[in-house]
Amino acid sequence: MSWEMVGIWGGALLTLCLYSFLYRDNPFYKFAEHLFVGMSAGYWAIYTIFNVLKPNWWDKLVGAGDADPQLIMIIPGLLAVLMLMRVVSKLATYSRLPLALIVGAGAGLQLVSFFQTNGLKQVENTVIPLVGSGVGPTIDNLLIVTAVVCGLVYFFFSKAHRGITGGMANVGITMLMVAFGASFGYTVMARISLLIGQAQFLLFEWVPTIPRILGL
Amino acid sequence: MRLYVPLGITFIAGIIMILEFFVPHDPFPTLGGHVKDWYTIVASSAIFLGILNLLRVHLKKINLRSRNWQYSPVTIIGFLGMFGTGVAFGFTEGPFFFMFNEFVVPMGATMFSLLAFFVASAAFRAFRASNWRASLLLASAFLVMLGRVPIGDLIWRLIPGAAESAHPNLVTEIGEWIMRVPNMGGQRAILIGAAMGVVATSLRMIFGIERSYLGGTD
Repeated sequence: MSWEMVGIWGGALLTLCLYSFLYRDNPFYKFAEHLFVGMSAGYWAIYTIFNVLKPNWWDKLVGAGDADPQLIMIIPGLLAVLMLMRVVSKLATYSRLPLALIVGAGAGLQLVSFFQTNGLKQVENTVIPLVGSGVGPTIDNLLIVTAVVCGLVYFFFSKAHRGITGGMANVGITMLMVAFGASFGYTVMARISLLIGQAQFLLFEWVPTIPRILGL
Repeated sequence: MRLYVPLGITFIAGIIMILEFFVPHDPFPTLGGHVKDWYTIVASSAIFLGILNLLRVHLKKINLRSRNWQYSPVTIIGFLGMFGTGVAFGFTEGPFFFMFNEFVVPMGATMFSLLAFFVASAAFRAFRASNWRASLLLASAFLVMLGRVPIGDLIWRLIPGAAESAHPNLVTEIGEWIMRVPNMGGQRAILIGAAMGVVATSLRMIFGIERSYLGGTD
């Protein structure tokens, strides 16, 4: 049996084990589920070591290539080790230091990037001419601006949703429901496309190998 | 030590990241670069904390012979198999690459495709057309889904004259319009609201008002 065949059969059997959950929870599903968790953890550990820690930390620390060693990189290394102290109850307090760095740097980074991309950029794209080139674009532009303004009013809880505010909030929640429905449909279709991919794998890659394995 | 040192680190790291953007003159770009590097290293090392915890939980399950403990060795062997081959042979070729492509990728795709069934059945129960807004959500989801598959337009073309009309792909067009107009408007409102929330929460964290990440209330 070639390695290609091992791969196809391994992948197919594990796929079938996981799909068996559609009938009900069973030992085959549990086996594949646990294997998936373990292998994924192993994959991400290796990915982090080779793609993140080696180029960003180790190579700089030891001075890979012609670069000079940066001894200051000992500090993030120590902080990373302190992070692992979380599992040792007596030393768990020290894990607050790396956590504080992550929270602080993450907050500073997100504050600027979110404000730029999710805040200002979205506002900028909403400030558009309401009357477009024709009836269709005009309705579209009006709907987009109405959805954004009324959606924001719905999220504004400092004022009771009564009167005009209540009316706008009602329009906002209506537009949000359409948006949620669209996102839901889009997500389901993404999952369906994965399902189709796996069905194609089983039908066109795995099934044709069965006669060969059985010697037919 | 338990409170003020972490709060100080959070404040300094956060302020450096903000100043790096608003004051693009030395020393802030250099300091910001260092903090970003350190952030990447420390944050990515958190995965090892998760792995340690995973191994600890499963070893404890085996030790105590807890419910379903028989599957815990599978997780540990799966982890060691991937980790060991990755360290020994590298991750762009060899057994690690083989196991990732042939086992992990199909299992990942299968796991996510399983969600299609459960999302659909959960949605059926949760989004029952109990009022007109729920019906609107259902209709929007249905049209987007139908607009993404060829059968949507095929159904439309069964109507006499539809195939020869100005919109032979009407269902696809409706699906795309929902995504482009009402969905974008709604998502934009959510994004702007979330951005305000992120800015407020980040400022609270940097200035030490929000301390829940340190655990407890001290």
